[in-house]
Amino acid sequence: MIYAKRRKRMSTQEHNAPIDLESGKYVKIWQGPQHPGITGNMALELVLNGDEVVDCKTHVGYLHRGFEKLMERRTFIQNFPIVCRIAVPEPTFNEYLYAAAVEELAGIESPQRAQWLRTLNLELMRLASYLMWLGGIGASFGQATIYQWTVTHRDYVLDLFEEMTGARVYHMYIVPGGVRAGLPEGFEDRARAVLDGVERLLNEIEKVLFKNVVFKARAKGLGIISKEMVDPYGIVGPNARAAGFTRDLRRDEPYLVYDQLDFDVVTGTESDAYARAKVRHQEMREGIRMMRQILEQMPTDGPFQAKMPNVLHWEVPAGETYVKAECTRGEYGYYLVTDGSQYLRRVHVRGPSYTHAIAVMEKLAVGTNIADIAGLMVSLHTYPPEIER
Amino acid sequence: MSLKDLISPFYVWQRAFEKPYTQKHPIQERPGAPRYRGFHVNVLEECVGCGTCETICQNHAIDMVQVEGLEPKPGDSGLRPKFDYGRCCWCALCVDICTTRSLRMSNHYAWITEDPTDFNFIAGADNMSWNGEEYGYRRDDDYHLLRGERVKMEMLAPEEGLKSFEEVMKGYTEEQAKDEADRCVECGLCVATCPAHMSIPDYIKTVREGDYEKGLRILYETNPFSSTCGRICTHRCEEVCPVGHQGEPLAIRWLKRAIVDRVPRERYREILGDEVVENGKQVAIVGAGPGGLSAAYYLRRQGYGVTVFEAQARAGGMLRYGVPSYRLPDNQLDKDIEYIRSLGVEVRFNTCIGREVQFAELIDDYDAVFMAIGLNVPSSLRVKGEDHPRVLSGLQVLDDVASDKNPGVGKNVAVIGGGNVAMDAARVSRRMGANVTVLYRRRIADMPADPEEIHESQAEGCTFVTQAIPVEIKDADNPDQVTIVWGEAEMVADEKGGRPRPVLQEDRMHEETYDCIISAIGQGGSLDFIPGDYRDQIEFKWGKFVPGDYQQTALQKLFVGGDIANNTADAISAIEDGHHAARGIHKFLTGELVA
Repeated sequence: MIYAKRRKRMSTQEHNAPIDLESGKYVKIWQGPQHPGITGNMALELVLNGDEVVDCKTHVGYLHRGFEKLMERRTFIQNFPIVCRIAVPEPTFNEYLYAAAVEELAGIESPQRAQWLRTLNLELMRLASYLMWLGGIGASFGQATIYQWTVTHRDYVLDLFEEMTGARVYHMYIVPGGVRAGLPEGFEDRARAVLDGVERLLNEIEKVLFKNVVFKARAKGLGIISKEMVDPYGIVGPNARAAGFTRDLRRDEPYLVYDQLDFDVVTGTESDAYARAKVRHQEMREGIRMMRQILEQMPTDGPFQAKMPNVLHWEVPAGETYVKAECTRGEYGYYLVTDGSQYLRRVHVRGPSYTHAIAVMEKLAVGTNIADIAGLMVSLHTYPPEIER
Repeated sequence: MSLKDLISPFYVWQRAFEKPYTQKHPIQERPGAPRYRGFHVNVLEECVGCGTCETICQNHAIDMVQVEGLEPKPGDSGLRPKFDYGRCCWCALCVDICTTRSLRMSNHYAWITEDPTDFNFIAGADNMSWNGEEYGYRRDDDYHLLRGERVKMEMLAPEEGLKSFEEVMKGYTEEQAKDEADRCVECGLCVATCPAHMSIPDYIKTVREGDYEKGLRILYETNPFSSTCGRICTHRCEEVCPVGHQGEPLAIRWLKRAIVDRVPRERYREILGDEVVENGKQVAIVGAGPGGLSAAYYLRRQGYGVTVFEAQARAGGMLRYGVPSYRLPDNQLDKDIEYIRSLGVEVRFNTCIGREVQFAELIDDYDAVFMAIGLNVPSSLRVKGEDHPRVLSGLQVLDDVASDKNPGVGKNVAVIGGGNVAMDAARVSRRMGANVTVLYRRRIADMPADPEEIHESQAEGCTFVTQAIPVEIKDADNPDQVTIVWGEAEMVADEKGGRPRPVLQEDRMHEETYDCIISAIGQGGSLDFIPGDYRDQIEFKWGKFVPGDYQQTALQKLFVGGDIANNTADAISAIEDGHHAARGIHKFLTGELVA
């Protein structure tokens, strides 16, 4: 099979000759859809020359559950338990964006206290998600101990979620109009203790992972995203920040109570897997800093739910809106269209994984050692479920 | 790369001696957080089976099913949610929306069973491993998916109301009505409870949608007295409305009024599309009250020639003569009655059966007779001296006021009784400038009057003396006055489990003098006009008719309904009796119904 056409589009300098699979020079292997080196269910169709990847084609579709269509057949309140499933490790961002979009279209404003609780929830989510990711990046370079540590601490964060929201993974806490409950008694102290623990862990990981000769040797120089690539490829979030772009919606277009919090936008320069890991590592510290401020400043009484119409026959006026928030992977957006009925006319969910896991991955994989493909994929931090929706 | 980078990773050893976080399940158990969404629990006794959980479940994981051995209380559908854990996603929307908050969750993480059918269970009824254990998730007190507060209706201030007979309740604006209608959960418990089984959620929906014409059509399917019932119905529907568990029930009665208030009477015929095609059969109806006229309406729609015999000079029965106009203005009652008459119903006023027309003539001259003569004989107080000239009956007072006569109650009035007639008599007396004392033998909570009426009577300045039993009525020093002797009562629990009984305390007697005493402790019927040979064919109990299927009596041509034939004695029951009898008469005259 001749891959000349694709190769041309990829325009990699090293491979000028067409890839002739019959030549005996190449091996084609599939990484995924079930593979520990893949972040979720998707597949990479790799063509290898020795242990070097010369072509990569991504395959998605293994996780399609038709959320967007399902949402058109459910009432506005019935949708909030669905959206969280769009990005499994980060349900909260979906909950928030769906609620914010519906509120905007319905002309509802969630109370101040709800906004603080939502921010706390989102930042806790970011922390939990990064902890899992940090374990992933360690494990994909053979440092499985890191994974054990971070997943343990993620569970401590999930304990907080359980207390606050009633569930560990699919929280279903942020609803259109506000949130479902305030903080339980003594939550602040327990949250501070968990944050202190994570902070200690981050210090240790600094020593064990970022100052680790193996990690450095393998991650540095891996999957470099050039500055020129960032905009054409739609690269956002830590992947863009590691390339030196100070872009963060929390600072650039503040939502919820981010304008009342003091935090820095972390950037890197090298734009390789190591730099991206470093940016996320540092962002976790910023997140902890933010949460400490939230726990200090947030109002402890007052309503956490806006005055709502009866959700059983709630009709949202016709309109359309796009709302966005900075999730762990960058700009996450919900586009909602309503037609004045009890149902959504259309919803489109746009997660950063769409570009990161497909176009960016296909480009960066070429020229990489097959052993580093997992590390490269993890370093882009992508979630296949949010590609398929 | 530096030497440091080689040594640094060995830091991992430091953690080797830390206590692991992993739990040794099932040796060690870890209870879920107090808010944890575990498995569903339902307190069967608190649940009313409204099915709102089933409606909101986005996974169709809930089915409302009958539970063996569960005796439904009034206002309870008898159904309970059955969960399918193959579909449930534990979002707990069902718990959040539960009208009674009977639905909750345990705080268990895991449940293992080898029988897959176990995953389909009725919470609270089936024996689940988490039953009786600590609760997990419940709806937060400050989180509501339903609104408990009713939209307030503008009303005349009590001091203003006392000055005239102007209607007290002003009705909802369009916006208010929509807002109130929005609270409905469309469970239909009200439909089951309403004597006329009106399609309540359907007409409430028309209010929400602002489609009042459709609303009127729905109202007239079951009730041609919608303007009246929208004002003074005893609204048993509201008593069972599950939204009431979160605060106040829906103002169903006022939403009905909201529809009728917005449709002009002139457009009724066009909207309702009532066409009368004569079928040549003649039906006599006795009594132009809500029962008689409802029957007249539904019979007329089917083409029967209808003649209504009314002893009084105006139609409406107890609605006209027993309900004061500040509750039900004459023009609103007329709106309902005029429409029925406009279909060609003939009403013969001042015509009393047994006097102007004989009972036998009706039976002989008409194909069928519907009798809804109401109750108009005041019950006796059964105390010495009750025939004193200054003792008036509540009905008489209301009748006089409705007929623009002065009942002459004086300045100081005692009203005896706790029903709606007593409240109306008291409020009417207040409007005529009297100081009113209401004497009732039980407590306020035991009063059969509508709570609103009691509340408004109090707001208008009527003094309530409860647990007061009249003992004797005698002449006062002033011949224009009357003295009542009454004794205080203690409530004694009934041994048979009935409601507590008031027992007279002979040592605590009071003697008070009033300008008049209004007796309003209920009323009975008079059936003297029925000749003996017919009388033997009809079944009676406690001075009332005992109707069979479709309100028919053993005297096949005779159908009965309203207060004289039921025990609820309210307008809506009479309306249903009339409607039901109309169906029966139609079946009888078309040969479908053979008694």
